[in-house]
Amino acid sequence: MRLSVDNLACRRSGRRIFANLSFALGPGDALAVTGRNGAGKSSLLAILSGRLRPDAGRIDVADVGEASLPECLHAVGHRDGLKSSLTAGENLLFAQRLLGAPRLSPHDALERLGLGHAHDLPVAYLSAGQRRRVALARLLVCARPLWLLDEPTAALDTASQAVLAELMADHRDGGGLVIAATHQALGLADAAELRIEAAAAAPVEDVQEEWA
Amino acid sequence: MIRAVLALIARDLRLSGRVGGSGALSLVFFLMIVALVPFALGPDLNLLSRIGPAILWLAAVLATLIGLDRLFQADEEDGSLDLMTAAPVPLELVVLGKVTAHWLTTGLPLALAAPLFGLLVALDGTAMGATALTLLAGTPALSFIGAVGAALTASIRRGGLILAVLVLPLMIPTLIFGVSAAQAASGGTVPFLVPLAVLAALTLIAAVVGTLAAAAALRWPE
Repeated sequence: MRLSVDNLACRRSGRRIFANLSFALGPGDALAVTGRNGAGKSSLLAILSGRLRPDAGRIDVADVGEASLPECLHAVGHRDGLKSSLTAGENLLFAQRLLGAPRLSPHDALERLGLGHAHDLPVAYLSAGQRRRVALARLLVCARPLWLLDEPTAALDTASQAVLAELMADHRDGGGLVIAATHQALGLADAAELRIEAAAAAPVEDVQEEWA
Repeated sequence: MIRAVLALIARDLRLSGRVGGSGALSLVFFLMIVALVPFALGPDLNLLSRIGPAILWLAAVLATLIGLDRLFQADEEDGSLDLMTAAPVPLELVVLGKVTAHWLTTGLPLALAAPLFGLLVALDGTAMGATALTLLAGTPALSFIGAVGAALTASIRRGGLILAVLVLPLMIPTLIFGVSAAQAASGGTVPFLVPLAVLAALTLIAAVVGTLAAAAALRWPE
């Protein structure tokens, strides 16, 4: 798939977060979104995943048939979408049935992330890093071309970070796209970097009329 | 698409049976309210059997509220709702699936248990059957109306009380026709089928309006 974003702007509760963001990605491309805390990295991912409406600008998707943008992406972020009282396997099986396009079985996906033993454990019993790995295993149970990762290495140990880097490389070799918001090096080879600067945000002049 | 909705219903049913789910809680709450009434009114069997259907219906309306505040909120908090918006299924079908699961764990058990609980308020056989039938036809409407409030309060913490204030007035028509149908069965000037047909119509209207409105409320931007 191809994704192009043109002059995107975001406003949250009347405050302009960023403006004039443009980038384009083709098959196999990766984009690392960086910037200080609160610069709008997560907001950008929320707009791409359809949870937030952009204030201005346009997002175009090509080569995906009739699917809409939210239907061709996986989002892994702070809210992991896992139910604590269900086992890791049940969570992944549900995601697979809900999202469609099955690829690996939940067991194989967990095995790939080194969590095969957790298949029948309720997610509530897992540590923060293990929970994050279960959420990442969702990337493997359904085939979707775009991965939106928000701080994917948070709570992960070095071994799991290496596995994640491998998964992203495999995904890109297969023509997939990766957009990751991060503070750390993710091991994304030749990834473009998009830095959301505070300076990119337009001076806030029209706050008052928003509330008027 | 149907597979995705069935998976959602199966997940919600499984969740309601696990730790922290509201599983049999609404049924127990229903029993508590019905059991309290004879203590408050005293052992006047004629009075109890006359107001019995009304008590069962009031208890059903209140018991439906149990677990309703978590219907969308739980999924909104942990990010499951984002997963559902990313599914190749319209949000309306997601709402339909979730409300169906809610009804299967609250409304349906209430309707099935109503004849048994009718004993506590001295209902005779006809009235028991009629009340159970009206609950079976009317409780889906309560779930669908409640879903609209649940969707509106999904992102509000401690939204349970606001939810009750929002949806209880909307449940009044269902309550009126439910009780009048149940009472018509045990004598009265109106034939049983007339209020029952209105009740069924209310359920169908609530299913359409509730589904669309709840999905629209969930889509509402921040």
